[in-house]
Amino acid sequence: MEAADAETMIEVKDLRKVYKMEGIEVEALKGVSFTIADGEMVAIMGPSGSGKSTLMNLLGCLDRPSAGTYTIDNQDVARLSEDQLAAIRNQKIGFVFQSYNLLSRTSALENVELPLVYCGGNDRTKRALEALDRVGLRERAKHHPNQLSGGEQQRVAIARALINRPSLILADEPTGNLDTKTSEEVMALFQGLGREGITVVLVTHEADIAAFTQRVLLIRDGELVGDRLVTERRQAVSGGGP
Amino acid sequence: MNLWTNVGLALKALNSNKTRSFLTLLGIVIGIGAVIAVMSIGKGAQAAITSQIEGIGTNLIFVRAGQAVQAGVRQEVGSAATLTLDDASALADFQLAPAVLAVAPESQGFGQVAFGGTNTRARLLGVTPAYEGVRGYTVVEGEFIVDQQVQGRSLVAVLGANIAQTLFPEMNPIGQSLRINQRPFRVVGVLKRLGGTGFGTQDDTVVVPITTMLSRLQVSRTSQGARNVQLVNVQASDADLLTAAKEQVSAILRERHRIAPGAEDDFNLTTQDDLVAARTQVANTLTIFLGAIAAVSLLVGGIGIMNIMLVSVAERTREIGIRKAVGARRRHILSQFLVEAVVLSALGGCLGVALGWGLARGVSHITLSGQRLPSVVSPDIVFLAVGVSLAIGLFFGIYPASRASRLDPIEALRRE
Repeated sequence: MEAADAETMIEVKDLRKVYKMEGIEVEALKGVSFTIADGEMVAIMGPSGSGKSTLMNLLGCLDRPSAGTYTIDNQDVARLSEDQLAAIRNQKIGFVFQSYNLLSRTSALENVELPLVYCGGNDRTKRALEALDRVGLRERAKHHPNQLSGGEQQRVAIARALINRPSLILADEPTGNLDTKTSEEVMALFQGLGREGITVVLVTHEADIAAFTQRVLLIRDGELVGDRLVTERRQAVSGGGP
Repeated sequence: MNLWTNVGLALKALNSNKTRSFLTLLGIVIGIGAVIAVMSIGKGAQAAITSQIEGIGTNLIFVRAGQAVQAGVRQEVGSAATLTLDDASALADFQLAPAVLAVAPESQGFGQVAFGGTNTRARLLGVTPAYEGVRGYTVVEGEFIVDQQVQGRSLVAVLGANIAQTLFPEMNPIGQSLRINQRPFRVVGVLKRLGGTGFGTQDDTVVVPITTMLSRLQVSRTSQGARNVQLVNVQASDADLLTAAKEQVSAILRERHRIAPGAEDDFNLTTQDDLVAARTQVANTLTIFLGAIAAVSLLVGGIGIMNIMLVSVAERTREIGIRKAVGARRRHILSQFLVEAVVLSALGGCLGVALGWGLARGVSHITLSGQRLPSVVSPDIVFLAVGVSLAIGLFFGIYPASRASRLDPIEALRRE
């Protein structure tokens, strides 16, 4: 391994994804290549149908590419079995979704514990409380999702993503359902994670959300059409404290 | 991800939709309940039969005359007039039949018994003194038939409890003279009350010397006019010697009846065990038949579980997607839903055991024509039932669970 590899979190080479829909082949990704360094905060932008969701699914190891290679943390995903992919999702990746995706029947605490259930982690409650503390929701641990506001639910989801100390956070439109103020609070959390050296990749179609990141990848029609650094990066301020 | 986490999850999921879970349970509850009730009642009947037959004595072999053939039609066992009192005495030969402890011939009939203005119909039983010990008759007043009375064809009688009660409601019957089929008999004893309607209605019997029975009471005579006995009770000296005794009895009778080697016996030997086996087989067949019908409802219950688990998987597609996204493997999802199905059916099984036990107890309190239907809820039936309900959960849970585990996480997360 070259020394430079240690600093690369994501390496994507000529990544292609073909879907078969009712017999017709649709090429959602037409050969995308880029690298993302360890600790980088990147926004993926593009219009709907551009292939950014497909790219996120591939980056999140929820799906396998039709062609090309995807290396995460020096591991070639194409060669991994379904169970190994599940282990990578569990250990290395934290997901944050637009619609939060919390289990409705369980408390915030149990939602945050969920990834630990699947890796046999010890001290589940203690670690989950720490993660909730991190997003400022320790007092809400016993609340169920329907008792929490949208911003709070998204913070619980971030706590869940953080519980296994992942090296990569993948966020799919994390602020899509939130108002401006709450969005900024969530972005403040992500920026904090970036400062700790966690790689954050988020999909957004809002330019002012992308402005909180360091670099923007632009996807259109399944191809990477832009890759630029953010020149005037915004620093998120978390309203009245976390 | 251990079992108890899964059980906890399952209980939570089932609890979140109580009505649905309960209705699904009901199928298993009824199935297991029915199986337990049927099995318990069957087992009770079997125990009752065994104790009835064992109650008539120990290590008994019943010797009956063979089947008579009239105009080419084989009649019932005992219809041939081939068994005589002399045959019975010959069996009590310690040299030829060392395994035989006692021999008690008997001859049965029915007769009208009268005293004063009262009369009643009774089973008449002609016996020898050995009968008392062999068939476990107990005399509570007076004494049993003695040898002299057999030799002298005496007109003496020992009364069953019901007969004594009917004819002598307010006096001691001993020494009284009553009439059996118009002949005067002196009462020498009264038998202990057994109660119930057991094998051989001892309470409604009048016991007389067998010689008296054969020469003075038995109306029906055989064509040859022979003094045949219907049944000889042979008691083996030990349970292990039952087969030996049977062989010895057979050898003596074949010799006496001059049956050529290879020819068919003109008598019939049945042991108590044979009787128990024959009767319990009937009970078992019924039990299995009814149990099988009950088991069909278990099958229906199982299909109900599969159905509701499929609904549950469909409803919780998004949950499955979330779990997979945060690292659940196929087997995690599989075991979660499998455990849910098993918990559902096991709960049903436990409630079913309670229901079945209650039913069995309830039924055993019902009296049908003077006889109680006994039931025995034995632990092995309970374990079997709970085991079966677990197996049903596993079997019918596999398909929904494996469907859940194979869901594509991307598709599952997209679902609302």
